[in-house]
Amino acid sequence: MSFFDLNGTLKPLTALKQFGKKPHTISYPKESKEAADRYRGLHFNDLDECIGCGNCSTICQNAAIDMIHIEGHDGKKGDSGLRPRVDNGRCCWCALCVEVCPTGSLSLTKDYLYVSEDPDSFLWTPGKDNPEGKEQISFFSTEETSLNVLDRVPMPELEGKERVKSFAEVVLGYNEAEARAEASRCISCGLCTEVCPEHMHIPEYINAIAAGNDADAVRIIYDNNPLPEMCGKVCTRRCEDVCAIASRGEALAIRWLKRYATETAVTADITREIVNPEIREANGKTVGIIGAGPSGLTAAYYLALRGYDVTIYESSAKAGGATMYGIPKYRLPIESLDKQIDYIKSIGVKINFNTKVGKDISFKEIYNKFDAVFMGVGFPDAWSLGVDGEDAKGSMQAFRYLYMINSGDKVDIGDKVIVVGGGNVAIDAARVSRRFGADVTILYRRRVEDMPADWEEIEGAEDEGVHIIPQGIPIKVHKDENGHVKSVEYLKAEMVPDPKGGRPKPVAIEGSNTIIEATAVMAAIGQMGDYSFLEKEFEDKIKIERGRFIVNEKQQTGDPKVFAGGDAVNRTADAISAIADGFRACKAIDEMLSA
Amino acid sequence: MREKATTLYIGPQHPGITGNMMVKVQVEGDTIVKARTEVGYLHRAFEKLQESRNWLQSFTLLCRFCVPEPDPVEESYARAVELLEGREVPERAKYIRVLMLELARMASYMLWYGGQNGSLGLYTMGQWSVGDRNYILDLFEELTGGRVYHMYIWPGGVRRDLPDGFADKVLRTMDYLEKRLKDYDDLMFENTIFQKRTQGVGIISKEKAVEWGVVGPVLRGCGIKSDIRIDDPYEVYDKLDFIVPTQEGGDIWARALVRRQEIRQSIRIIRQVIEKMPSGEFYNRIPNPHKWTLPKGDAYARTEATRGEVGMYIVSDGSTHPRRTHFRGAAYVHGITLLEDLLIGENVADISAIMNSLGTCPPEIER
Repeated sequence: MSFFDLNGTLKPLTALKQFGKKPHTISYPKESKEAADRYRGLHFNDLDECIGCGNCSTICQNAAIDMIHIEGHDGKKGDSGLRPRVDNGRCCWCALCVEVCPTGSLSLTKDYLYVSEDPDSFLWTPGKDNPEGKEQISFFSTEETSLNVLDRVPMPELEGKERVKSFAEVVLGYNEAEARAEASRCISCGLCTEVCPEHMHIPEYINAIAAGNDADAVRIIYDNNPLPEMCGKVCTRRCEDVCAIASRGEALAIRWLKRYATETAVTADITREIVNPEIREANGKTVGIIGAGPSGLTAAYYLALRGYDVTIYESSAKAGGATMYGIPKYRLPIESLDKQIDYIKSIGVKINFNTKVGKDISFKEIYNKFDAVFMGVGFPDAWSLGVDGEDAKGSMQAFRYLYMINSGDKVDIGDKVIVVGGGNVAIDAARVSRRFGADVTILYRRRVEDMPADWEEIEGAEDEGVHIIPQGIPIKVHKDENGHVKSVEYLKAEMVPDPKGGRPKPVAIEGSNTIIEATAVMAAIGQMGDYSFLEKEFEDKIKIERGRFIVNEKQQTGDPKVFAGGDAVNRTADAISAIADGFRACKAIDEMLSA
Repeated sequence: MREKATTLYIGPQHPGITGNMMVKVQVEGDTIVKARTEVGYLHRAFEKLQESRNWLQSFTLLCRFCVPEPDPVEESYARAVELLEGREVPERAKYIRVLMLELARMASYMLWYGGQNGSLGLYTMGQWSVGDRNYILDLFEELTGGRVYHMYIWPGGVRRDLPDGFADKVLRTMDYLEKRLKDYDDLMFENTIFQKRTQGVGIISKEKAVEWGVVGPVLRGCGIKSDIRIDDPYEVYDKLDFIVPTQEGGDIWARALVRRQEIRQSIRIIRQVIEKMPSGEFYNRIPNPHKWTLPKGDAYARTEATRGEVGMYIVSDGSTHPRRTHFRGAAYVHGITLLEDLLIGENVADISAIMNSLGTCPPEIER
């Protein structure tokens, strides 16, 4: 090779032909480059859609997101009131936060320029500090791209036709693989814990189930609920209403997972072995409890663990209260309840059955005998419809009907049953009647979607052939010549919006009278308390207003020695609230007596 | 009379170095007699950090192993996870992954064009190739939402499907770049300066290349045909028609020619990918990342990057986090052990040119 290479010297000069060509750069800042439609720029958060679950913060491995309280978003159920704040000095715009956001409120925008000398100003609350970001959303998640698992593992159930043949449990329960799969959908945001009256450690026990540690799950569950298998079958599960995953998909089956975990402890003895509770030495103090319902049993269990001598007085032959006598056995089998109560008894709780306070023993005697008293007396009486002919034979209270059926008694209902009401008691009475072969119709004042009953119960009833007539107001029960129920007359109702923004009200349409034949009518429009067991001297001290005991935040009544909980105290009238009451009362009683 | 040896520190902040690392050389006159590499400026403990992140979270670290070409690392991790879990990847996702990998290869080589020529004082080339590389980055931006760090290939497939009209845009960009390669040749390979500065410089013998575990274009520049895409095909490379160019000589010139030919092969592959890409799913969704566990065991997946073979080794103890991960990077071999040996006897002015020709990537060496 010669030193001088003509070709090699001239060829590079062909670069000169590029002169005068349009440059492929842009002259910033006169021009600026618009980002692509999918660009991952600064965050935007739809503050109204966001529920503050914090999943964005959890997934962020740069610790770029923290959850802060901002005005105007608290107080809503299922909303933590917190919103993500992004440290744009730490963020790497990977958008994992966007992919795991259960509501889809968080997204990234085309905006990518931010210049400031102030490092603190890089902390942004997306949506609040850049409301204009909504117009520039570029990278967002959809149901297809979401990293949340939106579909629930279906719960195996008996077929509708099979169910009505017996009182066999309808829900069959998850097997191990199903439970693990369902549990692994949880994002551990804890919104459920917040809304659970008892603040059960839901993410923790779901984590344990997902990781295959069922025994751990059982221990975590028993930490603040001594009747978890009951809750696992029939809880009103407000936790699931607020589940973050439900924003786009189906809520975690929290109740079924609790049921799965507790059912792994098949007997009371095994439960005892797994939970292995620490029982403190007897402290010589005594507590008397009236009513062996969920609140009384809860207070009893945790007081017994703390070394108290606990005695329960129960008017019926079995413990469980409304969960024993109100809930049909196809939802909560008697063996399941017995197992849990045997376990509670094994801790040392004494239960005096068939002992009605006010009749077999006076309240005063109990009051004087024990260092503290807890009343979990429930709502033993039911409201009547208040219509003509309600005194007919075959007209009854659904609550009483369920009590009798659950006690093993026979009730003559004929073959055409009409249940009036839309709560769980109405659905239970209807589904029980179906099991005795009757044609069942539920008559409800409002629309089906307004029914306070659990939606799964409503669906279950429909599957079993229960007919629902919504927007029907009963006005009369017609009798036959023997004074027996012959038919029910009702008016159709139209829904009138509430000017104050409340739920629409049913208003009867004049002249829309309709008559349906019936052999039995059951009223299921609510229950009320019976406080006749309280002597006058106590009635004054223990205040009762609007049919309920007045208690402070420690479940303490006007008499500092007397505590109360359950349906006779709270309006929610569900087992988990009763359990929460019992647990709070236990802590308060312990505090009071150990002071 | 022997000249007195002088010690020179090249780097860690030096325009001719491929990243933050230092080469400490002893020179006698212009000739290097001893070379020691010093790294440690970029250590971020990525492998250790991965242990405290769940299986999904660590994917945002991966692209930062090697800035100029992040995608092969993402791909090897994703595939290792899929191997261990037995997770199927939709066919379409595999094609999209190959598209990404080849675009990344081109983008990386175009950056190398700039670096290799810049190290010889030929700066126009860098302005052209880095400018043209931006058209590839535009494609990345449109497809993934990010220009440099894509965080796009993840276990189960890819994050998003191709946007509307994307395939045509890719083809148009390929046509443009193919034309530009001719301009590049005139400016670079036909250039006497480039020829004289690269031919016979930084020679690696075949034997040494094999002995030292050299991989990628550096190995192919020694005349040895070796490419993971052919030797151990992954994704859909076995369904695509392309050749593995080799070049005899083992010098900078040979390595440069290999890279130039590989860009043409990449264009060829991309055109086939666009043509053959099936419709369908692009992602086999992973479970909830917070509770996603991988079975006990280990897996290794290797990918052909522009630096050569890179691979991710993962060990799972059955939990939601990796027990251990290890990254096999070509840059470690090339940038430390090989470079120290190769520099001896070379001219001090060629240090930068040799480093660039080896594809050393300090962030990958240290990770």
